[in-house]
Amino acid sequence: MTTETELPRRRIFAIGRSMSAVSRRNRLSLSQQVVLQLLCLLITFTVLFPLLWVVSMSLDPRNISRPYELTLIPPGASLDAYSRVWNQPSANPVSFLTLARNSFLLATGTAFFSVTIGVFAAFAFSRLRFRGRQVLMIAVLGVLMLPPVATLAPLFIQLNAVNIDIPTIGLKFNLRNSLPGVGLAITSGLLPFAIWNLKGYLDTIPRDLEEAAAVDGATKNQTFLKIILPLALPALAVTAFLGFLGGWTEFYFTSTFLNRPQDYTLAVALNSMVGRYATETPWSDFAAFAVMVALPVSVVYFFFQRYIVSGLAIGGVKG
Amino acid sequence: MATIAGAAPQRRSRFRIRADTRMGLLYLLPAFLVMGIITFYPLVYQTWMSFTDFTLENLPPRGHDPNFVGLDNYVRALTTDLNIPNYDFLRIIVFNLWWALSNVVIHVILGVLIAVLLNTQGLRFRKVYRAIYILPVVIPPIIVATVWANMFDKDNGAINLALQGVAVLLRLPPDALQVDWLRQVADPIPGLSFLPMAYFALLIANTWLGWPLNSVVATGALQSIPRELYEAAEIDGASGWQRFRNITIPYLRPAMLPYAIYGFVITFNLFYLSYFMSGGGPFGKTELLVTQAFRLVTEQRLYGVAAAFAVIMFFILLFLTLITNRLARATASVAE
Repeated sequence: MTTETELPRRRIFAIGRSMSAVSRRNRLSLSQQVVLQLLCLLITFTVLFPLLWVVSMSLDPRNISRPYELTLIPPGASLDAYSRVWNQPSANPVSFLTLARNSFLLATGTAFFSVTIGVFAAFAFSRLRFRGRQVLMIAVLGVLMLPPVATLAPLFIQLNAVNIDIPTIGLKFNLRNSLPGVGLAITSGLLPFAIWNLKGYLDTIPRDLEEAAAVDGATKNQTFLKIILPLALPALAVTAFLGFLGGWTEFYFTSTFLNRPQDYTLAVALNSMVGRYATETPWSDFAAFAVMVALPVSVVYFFFQRYIVSGLAIGGVKG
Repeated sequence: MATIAGAAPQRRSRFRIRADTRMGLLYLLPAFLVMGIITFYPLVYQTWMSFTDFTLENLPPRGHDPNFVGLDNYVRALTTDLNIPNYDFLRIIVFNLWWALSNVVIHVILGVLIAVLLNTQGLRFRKVYRAIYILPVVIPPIIVATVWANMFDKDNGAINLALQGVAVLLRLPPDALQVDWLRQVADPIPGLSFLPMAYFALLIANTWLGWPLNSVVATGALQSIPRELYEAAEIDGASGWQRFRNITIPYLRPAMLPYAIYGFVITFNLFYLSYFMSGGGPFGKTELLVTQAFRLVTEQRLYGVAAAFAVIMFFILLFLTLITNRLARATASVAE
């Protein structure tokens, strides 16, 4: 898809540059410019409104449980809510750092693992013709169709069955009630996604290079390691980042499987701050927490979204 | 390649296929080994569970084996014969389809219109606007959902506070425009009882969330339209609407249609907004298949029924995928 649109687009830019006289004629009149600017500002306002509201609430120093007015910068704005949330966001005795560490470990672990073994499968699907290829691809695609919620019950039961209980050394371990267990559950859905997304990208890499390498006597293994893998690095990064985003705020498995506060993740804490039983949480604390959870990933996403969105479009559309 | 294979093409290609098969399976082995254990086996296990009365008491390792109940779970899930408050299978599926459809239509229209607006030649600050408009995309959905849940709060939410300001400005009583967005029981549109006020709150939040990505896709397609076409049309005396209708839309369609289908599936399975904003309420009217599936496991803990529900969900999604794919192909051939 990119190769098809990329070439003519570049040509158009060239044409556009050479015909600057034409584009000068297309300049907007002042009244048109004003009307369109007002329209754009209106859209900007609707986009920014919720974001400004959250940031404003998070700065509210009055520690009131609910706001009674709309203010951009509340009187006496302070970072008190942030320091409260840093120490202990929810009623559970865990600090923000513990929650963030758990979420980070889950997100990086599952993303790295899925992309690493997913790229081998993606290469096989994209470049090798073998018996059973169609059936296996349909199997991956079928799983991809399912939302993670659909495997919640069997994964809960099966991971729960893995118990290690050695009373003599005080070892008591339940895979379901642990971060590695939740990591497995997340990988269950992330791996098919990684395979499909990477396959979609590998399909767009032109075969000329490989054919040239094959003429020079390169084996398929060498082709994979020396040609495909380096070319696919951006796609690997994008896929890993998308996996990371999912893991950073994963809710279904972490909220259902984990019972011990020291294992809790950001999404679990968020849920306990807004859920039905969270009437005691001041909104400024919730707002500060929301900002702290969203900001790191949003900033990265914002600067890389050009690549991510196009990568997602390729993988997603083909899926 | 052709010169090498020329001598004995038959034997070579068969040899190549066999070599490819060995290598293909080798490359697939790690992924399929892992998926076999944590993806495919759970799905098979789930299918078995769906034919049993599996509950909390049957949890291994200590629980006893559940009883085989045949198709009972399926029949009860489909005919709304479950002892769960506000469960209605038909209502869920109708609402879920309408939810996805109405959202995607709004997303695509807004996305295209705003992309066209930002593509206007000579418009200033376009880059700034594009950067701002991408913000909803980059924020984690769970944060978006929880923030909008507070925004639509009846007493303290930003929406009602803003409406209060508008009412004062219009010299109305301060609570004239107040709406109980997420919990109002009375239908906002009489006669359409399957669309409660909470649906419109969800729709507003998801519109905020959904149009920007459509706009990005539309912008990409817009920029691939040769400008000579517009100039030629202008010379031929085509009006602005005619140019939009006959040049812009045909060029946008091949890019937007697959993306709209992708958006439909994503919206169909959109968990966070319904779960965190309305909690499926009032009376389960904004429950989606995914949120109901989640509740069956986490609240009711009816694992057997939940398994049957998940299998039903799989077939619904399969059906939707097949239909939308066929639809896409049919429209594509018409467009050509």
